[in-house]
Amino acid sequence: MIELVTRPHRSNLIRFAAEHPDLLVLGADLTASCEADGFRDQYPERFFSFGMAEQNMLGFAAGLAREGFFPYIHTFSVFITRRPFDQLAMSIAYPNLPVRMIGFLPGITTPGGVTHQAIDDIALLRAVPNMTILEAGDATEVESVLAVAQTIDGPVYVRQLRGEVPRLFPADQPLRLGQARHLGQGTDLAIISAGICTEEAINAVAALRSRGVSVSHLHVSTLKPFDDPQLLEQIAKARHGAISIENHSIIGGLGSAIAEQLAEQGIGKRLIRLGLRDTYAHGASKPYLMREYGLDAAALIRAAETLIGESLQIDDIALAKIAANIRTEAQGETLAKADKTEDL
Amino acid sequence: MNAQPLQTGQQATSAQPPSPSPSPSPLTVEAVAAGIRRRVLEHTLRNNGGYLSQACSSAEILATLYLRVMRLGPSIAPLIPRAFAGVPSRDNPNAFTGAGYNGPRASELDRFIFSPVHYALVLYALLIELGRLGPDALEAFNTDGSTVELIGAEHSPGHELTAGSLGQALSQAGGIALARRLRGETGRVWVFMSDGEFQEGQTWEAFAALAHHRIGNLGVYIDANAQQCDGPMTDVMTIEPLADRLRAFGAEVHEVDGHDSEALAAPALARLSGSGAGTGATPRAVTATAPTPQHQAEPAPTDRPLVVIARTDPCRGIELLRERAPKLHYLRFKTPAEQDAYEDLLEHWQDSSSQ
Repeated sequence: MIELVTRPHRSNLIRFAAEHPDLLVLGADLTASCEADGFRDQYPERFFSFGMAEQNMLGFAAGLAREGFFPYIHTFSVFITRRPFDQLAMSIAYPNLPVRMIGFLPGITTPGGVTHQAIDDIALLRAVPNMTILEAGDATEVESVLAVAQTIDGPVYVRQLRGEVPRLFPADQPLRLGQARHLGQGTDLAIISAGICTEEAINAVAALRSRGVSVSHLHVSTLKPFDDPQLLEQIAKARHGAISIENHSIIGGLGSAIAEQLAEQGIGKRLIRLGLRDTYAHGASKPYLMREYGLDAAALIRAAETLIGESLQIDDIALAKIAANIRTEAQGETLAKADKTEDL
Repeated sequence: MNAQPLQTGQQATSAQPPSPSPSPSPLTVEAVAAGIRRRVLEHTLRNNGGYLSQACSSAEILATLYLRVMRLGPSIAPLIPRAFAGVPSRDNPNAFTGAGYNGPRASELDRFIFSPVHYALVLYALLIELGRLGPDALEAFNTDGSTVELIGAEHSPGHELTAGSLGQALSQAGGIALARRLRGETGRVWVFMSDGEFQEGQTWEAFAALAHHRIGNLGVYIDANAQQCDGPMTDVMTIEPLADRLRAFGAEVHEVDGHDSEALAAPALARLSGSGAGTGATPRAVTATAPTPQHQAEPAPTDRPLVVIARTDPCRGIELLRERAPKLHYLRFKTPAEQDAYEDLLEHWQDSSSQ
C-alpha cells in the first residue's frame, strides 16, 4: 500500500528553513500555489514578493545570491524556464550563483492547459551551462530534494510536486545526487522512469513480471549532471532494449539524455522514448492526459510488447487490478479529487 | 557552502595614490572627462571603430560618480588587468570579477554596478585617468584572451556583473541593495544605465520592486543621450516622458545637464546630507514584506530609489561626430579620409580639449 502525503513541500520548507537562516523565499504571486505560504507566515522577514514579474525576480535573486544569501524561487516551472530564460542564463547561470529555482506543475501535472504545462523545461535547462536539474518523484523526494539542492555550488532547478503526493520510497531513503534508484532487477527489458511516471512504471513492471518478463527498473531524479553508470549497465544487460518514460517532451529530456549516452558509449540497444511526442498538451485532468499522451502504464506495456515482439495479453482491467493492489482504490479517488480542486 | 561565490580581485597591489599619472594637477571632473574622450578616441582609431559617442555623452557622469558621489576604497586589483581565467563554474576556482578596481567590499563603502557594458572602453579610460588601472592597461583592449573586452563582462576591469543583455543589471543591483539592507550595511549601490534600457520591460519591473520593497540605498544615473543602435530613440521607440514615468513608479527623480558635474552630484549629495549617512540601514523587520500589507503609509523620501536623468550630448567634445548624426551608436570609419580626420583630431587633441 502506498501512503499519500498531503503537501509535503509546505511543511518541509518550514522545517528546512529553520536550519538555514540565510535561506530566503522569493515568490511571484503563486505563494500558496507553490506551498510557500507556511514559510511566508512563519518567516515574513525572509519572504519577498515580486508580483508577476519573473525577469526582475530572477535578477533580484542573483543579487541576493552574490551577497551570500540563498534565494529559493517559488513559482510554476513554465514561469521560471520559458519567460525569463535570458535572465536565468545571464544573471544566474553564467556567474554560477547558488539560486534554487523550485518549479511547480512540471509537465502535465496541471489542468491549467498549455500555458501552465512545462513540457520543455528540462530540454531548455539541460542546455544551460552550470545548471543542475533535479526532479522529485514522490513525497520522500519532495522532502529531501532541498537538502540536496543546498549542497550544490551553483544554480539548481527542481521539478517539484505539490498537493497529495504518494510516498513510493521509504522516508529514510532520501534523494541522492546523481544516483538513480534501482527498483528492480531484470535482463529482458530496462525501464527508466522519472517524476510522476515512476508510479506508472511500478505498475507496468508488476504487470510485465506477471507475464514472465524480466525487467530492470530505474528511477532517475538527477537529470543534470547525467552520469550515473547504473543506467547504461542495466540497459546493456537488457536483451530486448530499454524504455524511458517522462513527464516532458521526448525531445531534450530523460529519453534524449539516455540516447546520447548510449550512442557515445556504443551500446547498441533499442530505446523507446515515452513522453509528449513533439506536441503541446491541453487543459484536462492528470490521469486523462497521461493516458492521452502515452505517459502511463498502458503505454509502457505497449512499448514493451514492441521491443519483445509479441503480445503480452495485458488489458486495462488487468493493469487496473495490479495498480489497485499497489495503491488502494480509495487513495486513487482522493488523488483525482485533489487534482481537480488544486489552486491553479 | 561558499557564500561568496566569486572573488572580487586579488590583493595584487596595495592602496594606490589617487593619480600617479598622467597629470600632476589635482583631479577634476573636467580634466578626467577630457582624458576619457581622448583615450576612447585613441583606441577607437587603433581598433578601427568603437563606441565613441558614448564617451562623449557619459564622460562627466562617470567622472562625477567616481570623484564626487561614490564612497569607494582604493583599487585592490592589479594595474595591468589579468588575462581571462575561464568562465565561472564550480570547477573553476580561478574565475574573478573586475569589481576590485572599485575598491574592497566593506559595510560602509558603496558599490558600483555598470549596466550598459558596451560603454566598457569609457570605464577603462576613466579607471586609467583615476590611477585605478595602469596607463598601459588598454594595450590588451579587444585582444584575444584579454579581460579588457570590447563589450565588458563581469571579469572586465570595473565591472561586477555580466550585464551585456541590457536591462538586467538593475534587478541584480536591487538584490544586492536588498541584501545589504538585510545585513544592516550603510554603503549604497550606484547603478549607471543607458536610456535605451528603459525600453526593456524588466527595467520597469525593477523600479516597481524597488519602490515596493522601499529600497532607498540605491541610486541610478542615466546617460540620456537619446541615441540607440538604430538611430534617435524618438524614431526607434520613445521612452519619454521619462522623468514622469519614473516618478509614477515611485522614484525620486532629478533631471540635470549631464555635462555639469555640480548639477550631477547635487542630488546624491543632498540625499546623503538629508537624513544623515547610512539611509540604507533600515532595520529588516520594519521593511520586511508582511503577509498582507494593506495600504502602507507613503514611503519616506529616503526609502525611494534615487534617479538622476543626465541629459547629454552624444557628440560633446568631438564635434566631428555630428557629421555622422543621426547614426552615432558605433563608429566605423567609412573612408580613409574620414579616418584621417579623426587621426588629425587626436593629433591636435590638446588644442581641441582646451577650448
